[in-house]
Amino acid sequence: MDFTLSEERRMLAETAERFLRDRYSIDVRHANADRDEGYDPKLWREMADLGLVGALLPPEAGGLGGEGEDIALVFEQVGRALVVEPFLASAILGATPLLKAGSDAQKATLEQVADGSLTLALAHGEPGGRYSLSHVATMATESEDGWRLNGAKAVVLNGDSAGCLVVSARVSGDVASEDGIGLFLIEGGAPGVSRRAYGTVEGGQAAEVTLDNVLAEPIGTPGEAFPVLEETIARGCLALAAEAVGIMEVSKDITLDYLKTRTQFGRPIGKFQVIQHRMVDLVLEIEQARSAVMLASGYLDGAREEREKLVSAAKNLAGRVGRLVAEETIQLHGGIAMTWEYSLPHYAKRLIMIDHLLGDSDHHLARFQRFSAQEAA
Amino acid sequence: MELNYSPEEEAFRQEVRQWLADKLPKGLSDKVRGHKRLTKEDYELWHSLLRERGWLCWHWPKEHGGAAFSPVEKHIFEEEMIAAGAPRIVPFGPNMLGPVLIEFGSEEHKKHYLPKIISGEHRWCQGYSEPGAGSDLASVKTSAVRDGDHYIVNGQKTWTTLGHHADHIFCLARTDPNAAKPQEGISFLLIDMATPGVEVRPIYTLDGEHEVNEVWLTDVKVPVENLVGEENKGWTYAKFLLTYERTGIAGVAYSKQALAHLKRIAAREQQDGRPLAEDPMFAAKMAEVEIDLLAMDMFNLRVVSAAGQGKAPGPESSLLKIKGTIVRQEITDLMRRAVGPYAMPFVPEAFDEGYNEEPIGPEDAMPLARQYFNMRKLSIYGGSNEIQRNIVAKAMLGL
Ligand SMILES: Cc1cc2nc3c(=O)[nH]c(=O)nc-3n(C[C@H](O)[C@H](O)[C@H](O)COP(=O)(O)OP(=O)(O)OC[C@H]3O[C@@H](n4cnc5c(N)ncnc54)[C@H](O)[C@@H]3O)c2cc1C
Repeated sequence: MDFTLSEERRMLAETAERFLRDRYSIDVRHANADRDEGYDPKLWREMADLGLVGALLPPEAGGLGGEGEDIALVFEQVGRALVVEPFLASAILGATPLLKAGSDAQKATLEQVADGSLTLALAHGEPGGRYSLSHVATMATESEDGWRLNGAKAVVLNGDSAGCLVVSARVSGDVASEDGIGLFLIEGGAPGVSRRAYGTVEGGQAAEVTLDNVLAEPIGTPGEAFPVLEETIARGCLALAAEAVGIMEVSKDITLDYLKTRTQFGRPIGKFQVIQHRMVDLVLEIEQARSAVMLASGYLDGAREEREKLVSAAKNLAGRVGRLVAEETIQLHGGIAMTWEYSLPHYAKRLIMIDHLLGDSDHHLARFQRFSAQEAA
Repeated sequence: MELNYSPEEEAFRQEVRQWLADKLPKGLSDKVRGHKRLTKEDYELWHSLLRERGWLCWHWPKEHGGAAFSPVEKHIFEEEMIAAGAPRIVPFGPNMLGPVLIEFGSEEHKKHYLPKIISGEHRWCQGYSEPGAGSDLASVKTSAVRDGDHYIVNGQKTWTTLGHHADHIFCLARTDPNAAKPQEGISFLLIDMATPGVEVRPIYTLDGEHEVNEVWLTDVKVPVENLVGEENKGWTYAKFLLTYERTGIAGVAYSKQALAHLKRIAAREQQDGRPLAEDPMFAAKMAEVEIDLLAMDMFNLRVVSAAGQGKAPGPESSLLKIKGTIVRQEITDLMRRAVGPYAMPFVPEAFDEGYNEEPIGPEDAMPLARQYFNMRKLSIYGGSNEIQRNIVAKAMLGL
């Protein structure tokens, strides 16, 4: 075993870290989140020019990496700086289906994703579908001029600003069946698409998307998309878990600094043993979450069962430890952490909201149980 | 032992319920239930209705215009109010300063201030905390220097809840900087916020809301008769008030109402074709918190009954505060989880009256994440849960 990063990856991490340190203060982050697009398209292009988006895609798609380790590395930095640009929506959730099942022409568009000129979003979740992977009520029907989509999609991340949407829709089977799901590519502004954009609690942007007889291009064979969808969500979960670890690290650092400088009762509050022990528990749990992310990243391109089990483990821990870190770092600060002006609560909010994306800790616990039981059988 | 309410207590519950049904405006309870922003006018309307019925100051004895509820009556009253969707009573005058003045104030104070708390002419806020004095409240630095028949007050208070709705503030200020112990040089002052030198600045909370403030005091002239009790003895009064604050924060009645709401959400939300309430993991978490709450309800009644009428409860109130806030926070955690991805959408204008757009996802989903974050304050204020544990360890356990 060898836990050191390759030279390329070490440089990638340094590039990302330096750029975000110099250019992405928390004030910049808030300002970007407040824009109509929910992020700064110009800065996004700059990030792409630096190779941060390309790092999430393999060379055949115009990228430079695209393996689990690359995803973990970039998203830890995304978490550290609370980046609102559409790394997850575009380069992971939108790009993976094209990468795994797209035609040559579709794959070619990924070059634009890598260079930041095109953003994608995945419209999969539906009202009432909660975190279910196979819940798809949106219908896809084949007509003489091609496939037509009808239905409603919920909380589509960066769905309003995306140039193209990757949409899941049912070709056959009942609403929860894994068989019969198709993935389709549409333009964001195509006739019949309506998008209602809104901000999210922690400063992101999402949209409710309604599809009214929208002409769509299939990605792969319609009806057989479930495995692609599953792999897409797996990559997304790894990205989110790694982002969570980045946020946890910063939250811990901010809190440690505060505990050393805030004095009450004539000494720094970090001198109280009860607080010391709680910080130690946080550090310990963060190491656990990080380890689970490393494991999942190493098996991301391996066999399905192994991948799904480890990704669910990482996402479950990210949820559990995330909640602990968010709540404890606020509590250990006292009142100051309840204020908008202070950076910490914004980290805490994102940590908690990560548990509402692509399955919460309960959802992934149940999934883990299933895959673990299969293994034992 | 008698664990059932007596016929008189049941009759009291009916009376309160009926009154709420008759008097609580639907517009107001809709706002409270929908987690809309409450305005100063909303609070004032509610206070005026309670005042008419003689129920605004339910902690106070009858001779001062209070309702003089027994501990069990208080409990019932609170439960009914919250169940009906009534706004909370802004506690600073009725539940905090009132009892202090009744116990320690001069006759003039009682005559002058108590009726004005009841009438709503004075709206109070609490000036305890300072940037450097949170948990270590006795280290307050705001100074009050005697100058003839005035004190000249200088300093900064912070976290002042609803200071922007208030016109009076009760403050802890240092009158003897040379006292042997920090607790010994503090006085309890009543300050009219219209006095020159008082400035209120907003603090925005993590959810973008304006609930707390900074209050800056620069050469504020405060008449000596605004001193409560004795000079340099303010710490005693301050602590007396804190025990009242603490029991309020335990909030068993709030938890009950929130749990009922949680159950409704879980019964409605679908997961893999079944209600979330039937998910074994989620159901187990809900049941656990319900058991905690059931026990807390009894615990709370035991503590308030033992304290007896009109008395402040002892260090057990710290235990109540710790557990009560944990339970309340746990319920808000389950509520935001219950709505899944729809906990994320957040439209600040949706919390204003008159917002008529179609909800994003289930109608009651949007306030839940915000409420979860906002309720983190429960374990911080009124003496943090760590400080409560210190109190229990020392005062109850002798450690
Ligand atoms: C929303 C909100 C509303 C408020 N409203 C008011 C108001 O109206 N009026 C008012 O006067 N104040 C108000 N407060 C202030 C509140 O009382 C203080 O925030 C509280 O006393 C904690 O002080 P602090 O924030 O300075 O934290 P600190 O005292 O700095 O504490 C930081 C952390 O250290 C811990 N700690 C401190 N000392 C010890 C110790 N000895 N042992 C172990 N742990 C310790 C604390 O528990 C906490 O976790 C409000 C606060 C909030 C958040």
